[in-house]
Amino acid sequence: MGAEFVALSLPPMVIGVLVAIACALPGNLLLLRGQALIGDAISHVVLPGIVVAFLLTGLVATGPMLLGAAGAAVIAVLAIEAVRRLGRIESGAAMGVIFTAMFAGGVLLLEQSDTSNVHLDVEHALYGNLESLIWLDATDWGSLLDPVALAGLPVELSRMVLALTVIALFLWLFWRPLALSTFDEDFARGLGIRTGPLGLALVIMSAIAAVAAFDAVGSIIVIAMFICPPAAARMMTNRLGHQVAWSVLFAALAAVLGYVLAGYGPLWIGASASVSAAGMIATVSGIILGVAAVAGPHRTRNG
Amino acid sequence: MLADALLLQLGYNATLVAIGAGLLGVASGVAGTFLFLRKRALVSDAISHATLPGVGLAFVIMVAMGGEGRSLFGLLLGAGISAAIGLLCVQWLTRRTRLGEDAAIGAVLSVFFGFGVVMLTVIQTMNAGRQAGLEGFLLGSTAGMLRGDAILLAVSAAAVLALVLILRRPLALAAFDPGYAEATGWSLPRIDLAMMGIVLVVTVVGLKVVGLILIVALLIIPAVTARFWTERADHVVIIAGIVGGLSGYVGAAVSATAPALPTGPIVVLVGFAIFLFSLLFSPRRGVLASVLTHLRYQRRVHVRQGLLALAQGQPIYEALTQRLLTRAGLILPDGVPTAEGQAAASKALLDETRWAIVRGDQAYALAATRYDGLTPIEMVLTPDQLVEIDGKIAVPRGVV
Repeated sequence: MGAEFVALSLPPMVIGVLVAIACALPGNLLLLRGQALIGDAISHVVLPGIVVAFLLTGLVATGPMLLGAAGAAVIAVLAIEAVRRLGRIESGAAMGVIFTAMFAGGVLLLEQSDTSNVHLDVEHALYGNLESLIWLDATDWGSLLDPVALAGLPVELSRMVLALTVIALFLWLFWRPLALSTFDEDFARGLGIRTGPLGLALVIMSAIAAVAAFDAVGSIIVIAMFICPPAAARMMTNRLGHQVAWSVLFAALAAVLGYVLAGYGPLWIGASASVSAAGMIATVSGIILGVAAVAGPHRTRNG
Repeated sequence: MLADALLLQLGYNATLVAIGAGLLGVASGVAGTFLFLRKRALVSDAISHATLPGVGLAFVIMVAMGGEGRSLFGLLLGAGISAAIGLLCVQWLTRRTRLGEDAAIGAVLSVFFGFGVVMLTVIQTMNAGRQAGLEGFLLGSTAGMLRGDAILLAVSAAAVLALVLILRRPLALAAFDPGYAEATGWSLPRIDLAMMGIVLVVTVVGLKVVGLILIVALLIIPAVTARFWTERADHVVIIAGIVGGLSGYVGAAVSATAPALPTGPIVVLVGFAIFLFSLLFSPRRGVLASVLTHLRYQRRVHVRQGLLALAQGQPIYEALTQRLLTRAGLILPDGVPTAEGQAAASKALLDETRWAIVRGDQAYALAATRYDGLTPIEMVLTPDQLVEIDGKIAVPRGVV
């Protein structure tokens, strides 16, 4: 199975793991801050951003699309904040108004514009296409050391590595202020930490994770990975550092297990084709959360 | 074409769908109001995403039992069951674990949706070509609906609306005053259960019209919009119903004019347009109203300060103040006060002096809290009190 595995399964699996970890890392803090649904909102508004970028440039190119998606994410965050303040509406409802309206606008633009000849549709935005990220230059495990073959790796891989590096670096640099402002915002402010910009930076980091992951794997995984691994990790420990470690473990486990189940599971039970890897990864992360919620040592509020 | 659609001239099925969508909109606007006021608006997002595996499984089961798998009733039944399971998961995670409701919502919606997508791919491989347009459940598609489905939609929408209207009293009670509801013998958990049941039914009926990704908008946007127009509980419910009904009706009608217009996004965008209009222009809470109030306040402050400056014989340099006073005929363009200006200025100074005494006197502590630099003191104190205050003003006595 060596050569085939390296060419067809290894890259998507690695990308899946990178996506899962990149989303789970900021997800830990979002979960504790009661902003778990930010990931949900961001991954919905990425669609209009990408559509607008496509309509403006006429290209299905990575650069403009990432810019468009990031722009849409920032606009959405600002709009949610504006609606919340101007209308004095609680943030959940404000979020519901903005992300559904932006998603609806994106779908309508997509349906109205002539995108039939390019690979851009709503289903793709939701499920992504993890299985298609194959590495044609690989011949066997030795290709991992071959610079020529390595140059043919899917571009999504290097993009995810970059995104994960940026996010990990941000968390490492601002770990103490982030942790402080998450648990006791007033105290953090008293120490002179500017909690407002710090919170916005965290949301932007989440947007980077969502946008980079979106093209490769679609938005379901993104939402699932923002919430499920950190939530499962929260049942395992009371310490933030340990929680982050657990969540990374759970995220990677969900990605690998989900990919394997989607790709090979149907073959085991005698079916011919594989099922959606993105959907399966989300499902596995849910199962992990379910197990943690039933048996995790710190699953209840007072323990 | 558009006018035809709005006036229900596009045939029997399209008419049924538009009326059904309108009724559904009213029901979801009313039900969404209660949800919004209980601050649980996004629970409906979890419920709607949780319908997808049910739709897929229902299709698989119906095909396995030899049917065609396209029966709308069967698909919606499956959707309802899996949505109920999703809702129970949210409740269980929120109550029994340390997760907050938002995290529980996010977990349930993503996991159920992910599993639903797995089911969709299973169906794709199971019988290619006979896929029954299950994608229509994602974004809603009412174009080319079968007669039977249109009737089912219109009837169930009417039934949901009736259900909401029957249960409106306990729902409103729980939404606006949970404490009172409990004290008068209602069981809050049971009312919440009923509310969630209604939301679930609205979601399931709306699947074919708005689609599972966007149905949450039909529950949230009307309620949020209605809040801009009134402070009264019963009016919020009525206005939300109207906004929801309008969005559903117009959205379905417009969508019927062209096959490339999925119903869900149009319904949502019609609702959002009404929301945006309300956010900007509603008379009391709207942005425009707030800006106007702010400007009016700013002008009053400028005029007041200008008058005080005149009264003390100081020149006015500030441009806005000069302009405002000139326009009101209180000063001449060269800055010299007119007769009215002098009168207004001494009145302002008297007011300020009286306030200074009130604020320095413990006996008037309560009145002193009303001081904002603008309110005329006559609005706070009685004439008798004013006479008493005036007695304390240190008047320069004539020197003989």
